[in-house]
Amino acid sequence: MTDLLQYSIEGLQGLYRGHKASVREVMQSYLDSIARREPSIKAFLQVFGESALKEAAALDAKGFDGRSLYGVPMAIKDNLCTRGIPTTCASKILEGYRPPYNATVVDRLRAAGAVIIGKTNLDEFAMGSSCENSAYQITRNPWNEAYAPGGSSGGSAAAVAADMALASLGSDTGGSIRQPASLCGVVGLKGTYGRVSRYGLVAFASSLDQIGPFARDVRDCALLMEAIAGHDEHDATTIPEPSPDLHSALEKGFDGLRIAFPSDLGKWEMDASVKDIATRTIDDLARGSAPAAGVTLPGMEMSIATYYILANAEASSNLARYDGVKYGLRTSSKSLADMYDETRGAGFGEEVKRRILLGTYVLSSGYYDAYYAKAQQVKALICAQFEELFTKHDLILLPTSPTPAFKLGERLADPITMYLSDIFTTPANIAGLPAISVPAGLAPNGLPIGMQLIAGWGREAKLMRGAFGLERIYHFRERFVRVAGSEGGRDAGA
Amino acid sequence: MPAPRFETVIGLEVHAQLVTKSKVFCSCPSIYGAEPNTMVCPVCLGLPGALPVLNREAVSMAILMGLATHCRIAPRGVFARKNYFYPDCPKNYQISMYDKPLCEEGFIEFELEGETRRISLERIHLEEDAGKLVHGGDGGSLVDFNRCGVPLIEIVSKPEICSPEEASKYLVTLRQLLRYLDICDGNMEEGSLRCDVNISLRKPGGALGTKTEIKNLNSFKAVEMGIRFEIERQAGILGSGGRIEQVTNLWDSAQKRLLTMRSKEYAHDYRYFPEPDLLPLDVGVEWIEQMEAKLPELPLEREKRFRDKLGLSAYDASVLCAEKVVADFFEEALKSGDDPKQVANWIMRDVMEKVNAGQIVFGRVNGTPLLRVISPTQPGAAEIIPPIEPGHFAGVVRVVANNTISSSAGREIFNAMVKSGGGPAEKYVESLGLKQESDSGALEKWVEEAIAASPDEVARYKAGKTQLLGFFVGQVMKKSAGKANPKLTGEIVKKKLEG
Repeated sequence: MTDLLQYSIEGLQGLYRGHKASVREVMQSYLDSIARREPSIKAFLQVFGESALKEAAALDAKGFDGRSLYGVPMAIKDNLCTRGIPTTCASKILEGYRPPYNATVVDRLRAAGAVIIGKTNLDEFAMGSSCENSAYQITRNPWNEAYAPGGSSGGSAAAVAADMALASLGSDTGGSIRQPASLCGVVGLKGTYGRVSRYGLVAFASSLDQIGPFARDVRDCALLMEAIAGHDEHDATTIPEPSPDLHSALEKGFDGLRIAFPSDLGKWEMDASVKDIATRTIDDLARGSAPAAGVTLPGMEMSIATYYILANAEASSNLARYDGVKYGLRTSSKSLADMYDETRGAGFGEEVKRRILLGTYVLSSGYYDAYYAKAQQVKALICAQFEELFTKHDLILLPTSPTPAFKLGERLADPITMYLSDIFTTPANIAGLPAISVPAGLAPNGLPIGMQLIAGWGREAKLMRGAFGLERIYHFRERFVRVAGSEGGRDAGA
Repeated sequence: MPAPRFETVIGLEVHAQLVTKSKVFCSCPSIYGAEPNTMVCPVCLGLPGALPVLNREAVSMAILMGLATHCRIAPRGVFARKNYFYPDCPKNYQISMYDKPLCEEGFIEFELEGETRRISLERIHLEEDAGKLVHGGDGGSLVDFNRCGVPLIEIVSKPEICSPEEASKYLVTLRQLLRYLDICDGNMEEGSLRCDVNISLRKPGGALGTKTEIKNLNSFKAVEMGIRFEIERQAGILGSGGRIEQVTNLWDSAQKRLLTMRSKEYAHDYRYFPEPDLLPLDVGVEWIEQMEAKLPELPLEREKRFRDKLGLSAYDASVLCAEKVVADFFEEALKSGDDPKQVANWIMRDVMEKVNAGQIVFGRVNGTPLLRVISPTQPGAAEIIPPIEPGHFAGVVRVVANNTISSSAGREIFNAMVKSGGGPAEKYVESLGLKQESDSGALEKWVEEAIAASPDEVARYKAGKTQLLGFFVGQVMKKSAGKANPKLTGEIVKKKLEG
C-alpha cells in the first residue's frame, strides 16, 4: 500500500475521488504517525483519535464531495476555541476550561471538510519564540530533538514537519507562525491583518494577532488560507471581503513581480547560514526573471521595541479576565484581592507575568505618552513607509529568523535574545501586512532555514505567487525531505 | 445650610441605560429582571477569544441625545478600554470612550425659579454596563452578568451647577429628554438612570476647591440630600480652617447618609487605551442627518407652542409636556377640535387622578398614545380591558362641553371607562342613562318640589343668603339622578325665588 502520508491536499483528494483510499485509512496513517513520533516530539496537548476516525467514517459514508479540505487531517493550536473541548493556551490558568463555542476558523475548517485530529502545544498564551513557555510540555524540533521547534506555534509547526498532521493552524502576533515554520522546514503564512477572523482565538495582542496555516508546500498553504479567510460578522476588524482566490495563479510565480530586499542585511546580527541562503536567493533571482532591488526595510530599527510595547500593553488588558471569578483556575483565598493575586500568581508562568508587568507599566498614567503613544506613532510611521515602498515593489524578500533552530534551554535565561529572534517578523505584524515563510535550505548542522516574503496590504495573491516562485528555486521537499513520515525520516545531507 | 461665604460648584455624571433591543456589543436581549445569567453569551461574558461587534442602534440613540442637547457629533469616536479589576466586570476592563467621545460641547436648558438656566455638557459617550453583585447571607457573593453589555450613555456636565435644587432640576430635565427621545426609561430605582456627583466649595469668585465625589445616588431625593449633606460637610471643614481631602462618598439609601471612603481606596489608574477589537466609529453626515430627522419636538419647544398656539398657561403646558406620551395623548385628543383648555383640564385633573391611583397608565399601541386600563383582579394584564383611546377621552370632554351631560356625569362616564374600558362616550351616555335633562318643564317641576320641601332655606335665601342657590341645584340634581342641566336649573331656581 502506498504511503498515505506523502500526499498533498490535492493529492489526497485525487485518491478520495478515485476511491483509491478512504478518509479513514488516511486518518489512521496519521494517527499511526502520531503514535510513532509524538512520544518524543510532544507537539500535541490533545489528540482526538477516536473522534477523528468517527468523522472520517462519516465522510467516507457520504463520499468525496469536492469540498476543498475534504478528508484533510489537521491540527490546530490550542489557543483556538473548540466547543466543549479543553482550550488551555498551554496555561495552568485555563486548565480544564471548555469553551461553549467554536472559533470561526474551526467552523470554517469543518465546513470545508477538514478533520481535526488534535490541538497543539504553544508558548503560554502565544508568548514566546521556542514553545518552551508551555505550562504542560516542551515540544521538540522533529529535525533534531535537542532543538526547539520555535514558537509560539511550535506544536503546529512540529506536527506538520513530523507528518503528524497534513496541515495545521497557528497564530502569529510577532512571527509566531513564520518563525517556527522556518525552524521546522514547513510553509507558514500570516495574512493581512483582518484577513482571517480572530473570533475564538484567545487574544494575546488584538491589534497584531492573526491566525494562519502551516503546510508542507505553498499550494496546500494557499488552499488552507482560502478556507479560513474572509469577512466574519463576529470580528469587526475583519476585512469586509470574501476569501480571495490564492491558488489558481500560483504557477505564474515571480512573473512580472517586482522584488525588493533589504540592502543593509549585513547590519543585522544573523547566523552565517541564514545570510548565505539570503544572498544565494538574491543571486538566483538576479539570474532569473525577477531581479531584486535593494531597499531600506521600514521599521527594522524600531520594530522590536514598538512591538513589545504594543503587544504587551494589549496583553496586560486581554489577560486581565483570568482572575478566578468565572472559569479556569481559582485558588481558595481569604479575600477577593487575595484571590486575584494568588490565582494569577499560581496560574501564569514567568514569561506571561513579565509581559503583563511590562504592558501594565507602559499604559500607566505618566508613562503612556512616552511608551504606548510613542509606539503608536512609530507604528503609523512604519505603515506609511511600507505603503510607500509597495508603490514601487510587490514583494520584499528577507530571512524569517536570524538563526536556524536553537537548542532547547539555550535562550530561556535571556529574554532579550529570545525577543530579538523576532526582528525580521515583527515589522509585518506592526504594519498588518501579509507575510509567508518558505523553507529554503539547511544550515550546516542540518537544521532548516526559511526565507520570508512580505507583500502589500491585502496582496496575498501576489505573496503566494512569490512563495511558489521561491519553492521552485529551493525544491526544499524534493531535496531534503526524502521519506516522509518514516522514523527519523529526515535527510540532513544538503 | 452651607455657610454663605462659600459658593458651591457641582458637576454631574449621569449614566443612562439605552433601551436597545440587544446589548451594545452582542446580540443578547437587553432586558431587565430575567433569571440571573440567562441573558448572556461568550461576548458579554468576556470569554476568551470572544470579540465585541458594535450595535448601531445604540450609536443612533447616543447621537439622538447628542443632537437633543446641542452637542457637536464627533466625526470619529474611538472606543477605549478602561482597565480595572472587579468581579462584576467579566473582562476586567470596560469598553468605553475616553479622549474621543461621540458627542461634545452641548448644553441643557431648564427653568428654575422663573429663570432660564443653561448647563453646559462636556461630553456624551457610549459604553457598556457591568454586571451586578449579589451578596449572599453566608458571606459569599454571587455575580449576575445579565446586565453586562447593556448599552449606557454617560452624560458629563461641566461644573456649572450651583445648588442641590439646580442639580435635581438638571437631572429631571435630563430624564425628561431621555424619555422624550424614547432611548432610556429613566428609572432611577431600577438603575436605568444613575447619577454621580462631583462637588466642591470655593470663596465667591475664587479658584476651584478640591472636589469630592458622591456615588450610588439612586433617586432624585438622594441626589438633593446627598449634595446638601456634602455641602455641609465641606463647609464645616473649610469653616474651621481644614482642608478638603479628595474622597468618594457613597450614598447609603437605607440610612439616608453619606459614607466617606478614603481616597486611597479609590485611587485608580484606568490605563485607558484605544480598544483594538473595534474600529474607530466614523459617524458620517448622512447618519447625523437621519437622526436629525428622527428628533422629536423637545419639551421646551413644545411647552412654548402649547402656550403660544393653544393658549395654555405656562403651568399647564409644563405639566402636559413633562412626559411625551401625555403631551402626545393631549394633542391626539385635540384632533376632534375640542377646546384645548378643557381637554387639558380633564387630563390634569381626572386622568392624572386615575393614573396616580394606579387604575390606568399612559401607553402606546403602534405609536398611538392611549390609556391602558389596569385590571384590578389581574394588575399585570393591562391588555385584557380595552384601552381608552384619545378619541374616547375627547368624547367625554365634548359631551360635557356641549351640555349633553353635566360635568359630574362626564366624570361618571370616565370612571366607567376606567373600569370597563374605552369606547364612544355617547354609548356610555346611553347605557348609563346620563343624558342631561334640559327640558324646562321637567326642570321646573323638580325645582318647585325642591322649594316646597325646604321652606327654611327658602326663607334664608330670600333674606339675602343667595349662596344657597347651590343647595337648591343640588336637590334638583338628586331628584334627577344627576341628569338635570345644572346651569339651566340654577337659572330656574333664581327666577322662582327672586322673580
